[in-house]
Amino acid sequence: MATTISPEQVEGTVRDALPQFGVDETQITRDASFEELDVDSLDLAELSQIIEDEYGVQLKGDDVAKIKTVGDAVDLVVSRAA
Amino acid sequence: MRREVVVTGVGAVTPLGVGARTLYERWRAGVSGIEDGLGVCTEFDPAEHLSIKEARRADRFTQFAMVSSDEALREAGWAGELPYDPARIGCIIGTGIGGIGTLEHGKETLMEKGPERVSPLAVPLMMGNAGAAGVAMRHKLRGHSYSILSACAAGAHAIGASARMIQAGDADAVVTGGSEAALTPLAKAAFAALDALSDTGISRPFDARRDGFVMGEGAAVLVLEDGERARARGATILATIAGYGASSDAHHLTAPRQDGAGAVAAMAQALDDAGYGPQDVVYVNAHGTSTPLNDRAETVAIKQVLGNGVPVSSLKSSIGHLLGAAGAVEAVATILALRDRVAPPTLNYEQPEEGLDLDYVPNEARTLDIDGRPAIALSNAFGFGGHNAVLCLEAP
Repeated sequence: MATTISPEQVEGTVRDALPQFGVDETQITRDASFEELDVDSLDLAELSQIIEDEYGVQLKGDDVAKIKTVGDAVDLVVSRAA
Repeated sequence: MRREVVVTGVGAVTPLGVGARTLYERWRAGVSGIEDGLGVCTEFDPAEHLSIKEARRADRFTQFAMVSSDEALREAGWAGELPYDPARIGCIIGTGIGGIGTLEHGKETLMEKGPERVSPLAVPLMMGNAGAAGVAMRHKLRGHSYSILSACAAGAHAIGASARMIQAGDADAVVTGGSEAALTPLAKAAFAALDALSDTGISRPFDARRDGFVMGEGAAVLVLEDGERARARGATILATIAGYGASSDAHHLTAPRQDGAGAVAAMAQALDDAGYGPQDVVYVNAHGTSTPLNDRAETVAIKQVLGNGVPVSSLKSSIGHLLGAAGAVEAVATILALRDRVAPPTLNYEQPEEGLDLDYVPNEARTLDIDGRPAIALSNAFGFGGHNAVLCLEAP
């Protein structure tokens, strides 16, 4: 399962998830920072759960602290899954 | 001299609709918010008042509190800018249970999908202080803030404790009230198991046929201010929290003392605190749950403190029992009724019971003919655990 994950797939998951948290979907780009998107630690905890559910990749507190943008999150998940 | 505590804004979400005036006016007109044995806030749509993020960060009980607080702050003239140093504005919101809908949903997820799927939002939504947290964050209130949990007395305790906070000089204003959203499968089953709920689904306080309470949901929020400061800023004074009394039956987990002694103590204290006597009270907003035990004990208590002459009615006849919100919702309705010099009705009251012989204002609102005397009322709230809280309210 892990070997087939593409950045596009993960970005799609993030794009689907964030609007459920109240994020304006037109603002979601790879370069958008979570701060700009008003995505906080609680949102990231939920997003981590969705990602773990879909890709089996666990994002822990340290990881979450490091990721600043949508692209960071996507790349981290892809690298972990590889 | 003790600081005077005034009410400058009120807000409510109840089974009679969204808005404090809607609540009072529909109750006065004899409208019932109970359908199929439940008092549901059917006119409340969170999307009309809250963003997606705000709504999903709040259990239904917190949503009710936030929307009620918006209305109360608007009326107080606080919208846009707080009139005092935010560190001098407190926030106390009472609840009976807290976010039990979130709790039940989380338990279902745990059982069906496993622990790793339980939402990280479960704790911050279910916690009993989430209502106070939500209101304080929404309006940037940075003073003393917490919740009060005393079952069905919580809303009244919250208002009383808030008045004390202002009197003690710990705050210049407090946003306070009560909120409850417990029309959930577990809560309904649990109250039914206690044999506390009405089998007929009819709330008829003080009537001989009463057979238990009808569960309801909702919230009310009030803006309390130091009277001197409120007047100095030109605020409209809706009412005064003239007195507050509280006591504990220390008797039984669910049953009130049948001699009404705990209720008597709280009512007498509230009057004494206000500096008024029994003859000054022109209306009593009863706890009036429609349970056999409460309505009898409360009648005994009212008679002992005030005698037989004063009009007594129960809002629960129209909206059911809002548990931890009830004391606040009833205080708001009482304030608006006092301003209009009206005693709203006890609905569904037809058959008197021996010994329950107060003037219950059956089925139709009545003008309070008080000849220019001050409009002073008691609003009673009694909770499981034997907690009693009584507010003495006065309207200009």
